[in-house]
Amino acid sequence: MREFIRQYKKNKSAVFGVCIVIILLIMAIFAPFIASHLPADQNLPNRLIPPMWEEGGVSAHLLGTDDFGRDLFSRIIHGARISLMVGAVSVGLSLTFGLVMGLTAAFYGGKVDLFIMRIVDIMLAIPAILLAIVIVSILGPSLINAMIAIGIVGIPIYARVVRASVLTEREKEYVIASRINGSSNMRLIFKVILPNAASPIIVQSTMGFASAVLESAGLSFLGLGAQPPTPEWGSMLSDSLQFIMTAPWMIFYPGLAIFFTVLGFNLMGDGLMDVLDPKLKDK
Amino acid sequence: MFSYIIKRLIWTIPTLFGVTLMVFSMVHLSPGDPAVAILGDKANAQSVKELRAQMGLDKPLYTQYYIYMSNIAKGDFGRSATSYEPVLEEFMDRFPATLELASLAMIFATIIGVLAGIISAIKRYSIFDYTSMFVALAGVSMPVFWLGLVLIYFFSVKLGILPVSGRLGYEFDIEHITGFYLIDSLLVKDYEAFWDTLKHLVLPAVALGTIPMAIIARMTRSSMIEVMKEEYIKTARAKGCSRFQVVVIHALRNALMPVVTIIGLMFGSLFAGSILTETTFSWPGIGKWLVNAVYQRDFPVIQSATLIIATVFIAINLIVDLLYAVINPKIRLS
Repeated sequence: MREFIRQYKKNKSAVFGVCIVIILLIMAIFAPFIASHLPADQNLPNRLIPPMWEEGGVSAHLLGTDDFGRDLFSRIIHGARISLMVGAVSVGLSLTFGLVMGLTAAFYGGKVDLFIMRIVDIMLAIPAILLAIVIVSILGPSLINAMIAIGIVGIPIYARVVRASVLTEREKEYVIASRINGSSNMRLIFKVILPNAASPIIVQSTMGFASAVLESAGLSFLGLGAQPPTPEWGSMLSDSLQFIMTAPWMIFYPGLAIFFTVLGFNLMGDGLMDVLDPKLKDK
Repeated sequence: MFSYIIKRLIWTIPTLFGVTLMVFSMVHLSPGDPAVAILGDKANAQSVKELRAQMGLDKPLYTQYYIYMSNIAKGDFGRSATSYEPVLEEFMDRFPATLELASLAMIFATIIGVLAGIISAIKRYSIFDYTSMFVALAGVSMPVFWLGLVLIYFFSVKLGILPVSGRLGYEFDIEHITGFYLIDSLLVKDYEAFWDTLKHLVLPAVALGTIPMAIIARMTRSSMIEVMKEEYIKTARAKGCSRFQVVVIHALRNALMPVVTIIGLMFGSLFAGSILTETTFSWPGIGKWLVNAVYQRDFPVIQSATLIIATVFIAINLIVDLLYAVINPKIRLS
């Protein structure tokens, strides 16, 4: 573990990524204490106030207010909770199903493998955001359905990664030794192979977190994810469209929040890849 | 190579079959009766039953799928549930707008991405390298729709030099010959309209092209660095080739192989990316059409748009794979 941290610290941008993720976590956990207002608190007389440092800004609203007089800073802080939840739920969903599919395909091989990988190919044949839109249009627009859609869209990628890394481990001598010792299939899969095949899966999950946040913001921007008054960054941007001339601050800050979140997880994933799986980096 | 091409073509069939099956089941997976959805909750049982029969919903699923597929084979994608126009016609009206945007975005991404990648590779660890790789990393993490909004704010609202949205100013009216406004305006020799079209294209093309540009730049850089280490580059240097010759003639040709593949694959995903960009810029293409259909729960349009976009995506991937087989001697000679 100490060696891992030493190696990881060498990569400055990866450390920067971790810092962003830690700030996000603090924002999400302590949101009610950091935010100056409740995220859905409307105050119409105070609508469209610019950020504090601009002309007409007030110190009570650090980043200004939106068209309903809601405090933008508080909404962005609370938005961190939603983005992290979306990332965690959809990555959890993709990972669970991806693990089951990838493990089954790799372990049983033959027709089972062929069948599962065909499904994976079909799912990958449709662009992710399109597939997510289709799923949301079936289930109906809401934050939960958007998370489900993003989770489903991610399954094939995880299935592929899991299958590939299990396949490389499966033929190694320690696995054969354990099999000869009489380990059951379940023990072989979960106790012997999986811990050794985990590196690419961890890297993929970190990067997947970033794309889940991005996709959920995209769906909400289209009006297919979080619904008002949920303080979701993508839907805040979609509200800002009509105020681009009069209240540009409504555009900048939610977008920056999405950008830094995605950047943080991408950098962290990059750093993990360097340490855990240097072979992957060369490809 | 011939057997590779045949194998690759055959593999496309189950994929396409799977996509049609998924698109077909959409209507049946969504909660509620499609006939009730069209007629409204207050419709009486008799008219619902009649519409169900008319839509073929009373037949067994496999018969419905058969009818659906044979209609598609005849080019009949059904009619929009809101405008009652044939879906294929509506699609063809909008497709050139998306293709024009995606092509321009790809040209932007390729030129800037390849150039930045080459310079970064030969001037490794320089300020240019660090800056361009940071921009490339930022580009991958950027929400496209947000980038679009920021571009609109700076170039349209603040500087007022580029239009906010749409394809062409209201004062222009050009004849739709190909549907590509850049080509149409040149055909009718309306250069002002051409200039206006180009101005409308700049911001959405930059927004849509940023992610591919970032990926192409990173790919070109790593591929060039890899190639520059090869023995034949040393040989070229040793026999006295100029730096320019070494980079452009010897290294670039070999380094571009994986880049070309990625460019092809990304062109397909640009169609999907255009869904968000078109919404930001009110671009009248298939992305915006699809999103509107989702708002109105217009299933014939959602189904067909999905099917067509997915087919285009699969076809482009197939072409890229086949071209790659033709270019790459490792596959060509096997």
